[in-house]
Amino acid sequence: MSRPYAKLPRWIDYGLIPLVNLVVAFLVAGLVVVAVGESPLEAAALMLRGAFGYAEGFGFTLYYATNFVFTGLAVAVAFHGGLFNIGGEGQAYVGGLGVAAVALSLGAILPWWLNLPLAIALSFAFGALWAFIPAYLQAKRGNHIVITTIMFNFIAAALMVYLLVGVLKPVGSMAPETRTFDAGGQLPKLKGLFEVFGFNLGGAPLNVSLFVALIAAVLVYMLIWRTRLGYEIRTLGFSPRAARYAGMSETKLIVVTMMISGGLAGMMALNAVMGDQYRLAIDFPQGAGFVGIAVALMGRGHPAGIVPAAILFGMLYQGGAELAFDMPTISRDMIVIIQGLVILFAGALENMFRPGIGAAYQRVRFRTEEPAGKNVGEAG
Amino acid sequence: MAEPAIELIGIDKRFGAVHANRSIDLTVERGTIHGIVGENGAGKSTLMSIIYGFYQADAGEIRVAGRKVEIADPNAAIAAGIGMVHQHFMLVHNLTVVENVMLGAERSPLLSSGIAKVRGELRRLEEDHGLEVDPDAVIEDLPVGLQQRVEILKSLYRGAEILILDEPTGVLTPSEADHLFEVLKQLRAEGKTIILITHKLREIMAITDTVSVMRRGEMVATTKTAETSVAELAELMVGRRVLLTVDKGAATPGDPLLTVKHLTVKDSRGVTMVDDVSFSVRAGEIVGIAGVAGNGQSELLETLSGIRKAKAGLIVLNGREIDPAREADPAEIRRIGCAHVPEDRHSMGLVLPFEENENAILGYQSDPRFQKGPLLDPGAMRRDALEKIEAYDIRPADCRLKTASFSGGNQQKIVLAREMERDPDVLLIGQPTRGVDVGAIEFIHKRIVAMRDAGKAILLVSVELDEIRALSDRILVMFAGKLVGERGPEASEGELGLLMAGIDEKEAAE
Repeated sequence: MSRPYAKLPRWIDYGLIPLVNLVVAFLVAGLVVVAVGESPLEAAALMLRGAFGYAEGFGFTLYYATNFVFTGLAVAVAFHGGLFNIGGEGQAYVGGLGVAAVALSLGAILPWWLNLPLAIALSFAFGALWAFIPAYLQAKRGNHIVITTIMFNFIAAALMVYLLVGVLKPVGSMAPETRTFDAGGQLPKLKGLFEVFGFNLGGAPLNVSLFVALIAAVLVYMLIWRTRLGYEIRTLGFSPRAARYAGMSETKLIVVTMMISGGLAGMMALNAVMGDQYRLAIDFPQGAGFVGIAVALMGRGHPAGIVPAAILFGMLYQGGAELAFDMPTISRDMIVIIQGLVILFAGALENMFRPGIGAAYQRVRFRTEEPAGKNVGEAG
Repeated sequence: MAEPAIELIGIDKRFGAVHANRSIDLTVERGTIHGIVGENGAGKSTLMSIIYGFYQADAGEIRVAGRKVEIADPNAAIAAGIGMVHQHFMLVHNLTVVENVMLGAERSPLLSSGIAKVRGELRRLEEDHGLEVDPDAVIEDLPVGLQQRVEILKSLYRGAEILILDEPTGVLTPSEADHLFEVLKQLRAEGKTIILITHKLREIMAITDTVSVMRRGEMVATTKTAETSVAELAELMVGRRVLLTVDKGAATPGDPLLTVKHLTVKDSRGVTMVDDVSFSVRAGEIVGIAGVAGNGQSELLETLSGIRKAKAGLIVLNGREIDPAREADPAEIRRIGCAHVPEDRHSMGLVLPFEENENAILGYQSDPRFQKGPLLDPGAMRRDALEKIEAYDIRPADCRLKTASFSGGNQQKIVLAREMERDPDVLLIGQPTRGVDVGAIEFIHKRIVAMRDAGKAILLVSVELDEIRALSDRILVMFAGKLVGERGPEASEGELGLLMAGIDEKEAAE
């Protein structure tokens, strides 16, 4: 039985529906705030002011957003190939090794702008390598990629602890982290750039990785919609049988797609390791790999959606931290609840309001105009 | 006369911009078989879905035995005595007949009382209607015809007085279809009312008492079957005169372009699907493979096109020897000059969420024509797509539209245009007109014959025996993975039907 293909205009699909989801998420979050006896309006104001109200806060928001752009793109690329990469966290973590390798060895020798491309290449390579094993197991043996990538997060965590406690820790140090990178291993902050426009970023760690992330977003768009590889990835994602029919190698595509995905996740380490902490420290991704899943879902797999979604989650991180600071009854855990609600409504329940909004739109449209006789779609 | 079994008054239904049913009136008398015909997209399925409660009509009312009923969901339809046998059976394959009939009517958490009741009822139905089936047989072990009978029994068990059958003969052999018609006549004799949806006009003529024709969401005619003809119905369906026979001259075959020797294919469970098959297709001829669905034709096509790996055998394609037991490569087969219109356009031949122009290069995405440096060239893709849209009259003529928005016939044309316009030497075609409306069938058949006349070798697989007979220059019959016979196009339907059912000629002669 065929169903007519209900097509909604883009502004509803990409604008109105995410907005409605977001509003509902914040309404429910507001109820949580009421439940602990605080004013939700005041909380919202605090959060917004914390994230956007002053230059330094905004700098932090964009810093977090940079992380999420990388991991969001990573999840999106895999998703277009029908693969659910839950391993962004581990891939980012291992990607840090690539950044550290460049920064530790060449930091004292080369300037940052020569080290940056090397760090990009190595962080990508390390993340890609970490995604390669689950990808190969999926392609050749059918081991489900969701399970293996989750497992690889744990393996990555254990491996990194081992390395940071033993091999990479400077002699005599008590902290599980590498030594601080030399000047060539430190990416410049954007403080100076923003000062030109009269904004004082203060201590915000926003750095040139932001531009790397934005370029990556453009390149991902080109890859998915403008190249043959992207065409093949999308074919595989929509219909593995069609990919087979068209002579594409499923094995090769799964491995390549996952390696690109893992590489993008690995690049997240540029921002945190080379751009902020200047050393490889334990657990530096801090959940960015998982937030990337929500960002990719909310951005509907499109870079033009992922960047704003990343900024939204950057806002939740930064504004949430300020909120927890200013409203003692709202703890850090409450912020996690709010983030969870946004993920729930914007990501997991993404299609909840879609049928209703679609039907309402059709009603409004037919009241205003008689349908043209054009027979679009099958109503058999 | 008694109240009609079912009456539809002014049923109207829109889906977005599509006006699927326009103020439909229909009266079906009790104890009759009523046929509903129409092209794809004419609104037949929508109308039946409204009767069965899958959709709600925007306007209009339904009366069953003279009483107005509200059918909010299929449960309400069942309560009103309406049963439906879907084109794709809704059976659980690893459960028995009894368990399937009971499904959804278990009565209590413990199954024993339900099972006992179903058994009793099945026995009664068997006595009343001659609907025999072993209650303890597992569904997947039953032939398709009996599976369909289980579907009918499910409806009767739930007290159906009105039975809707949606394309019931699509999966049956001719003799199974005859059996079904006997059962339907029997049910009619007992006062049941049957609504038969089909696009096979000959079935309508053979079994129905009255027939309605739908076109573009409207009921354009309702008439006594005895007072109409196939040609008239076809014309009513399409709105113009239709050529029902394929107009083609004699074949002038040349050298073999496709030769298959001792090909054996097993599926993933190790079951032999194609069993030591040898044949060849020459330039300038159409070889048709007839057979009931599931007898290895699909696996044969997939192996020839490089999608599936064979167990053993040899394929000679356009002079090149291919070892089908090695890792298969559809791209390589395409390069040798063999195009493939797959049986299943929805999951294989097309990527439905893609734009039309993206589907127009599927399988040919590496063609240098569509590349611009490291990128694909959308301009070239769209120009190419528009040329094909023009040549094949694909509607709407919009290469940016999502493929899912095209009707079945136009989707099939997208696939055909892509595969045929490459000017391949060998063309493999599976089910070229499945789910395609009459007007488009005529067009597609003409194109296939034109390919043959241009000296191409064409292998046609279809479960539509009429289509095989109309198009083929030679007919090979496949049963249980083997080629069981070769006939000319003049072979009678009965003869082919026996072969398709695996009854060999000697047995048939007795």
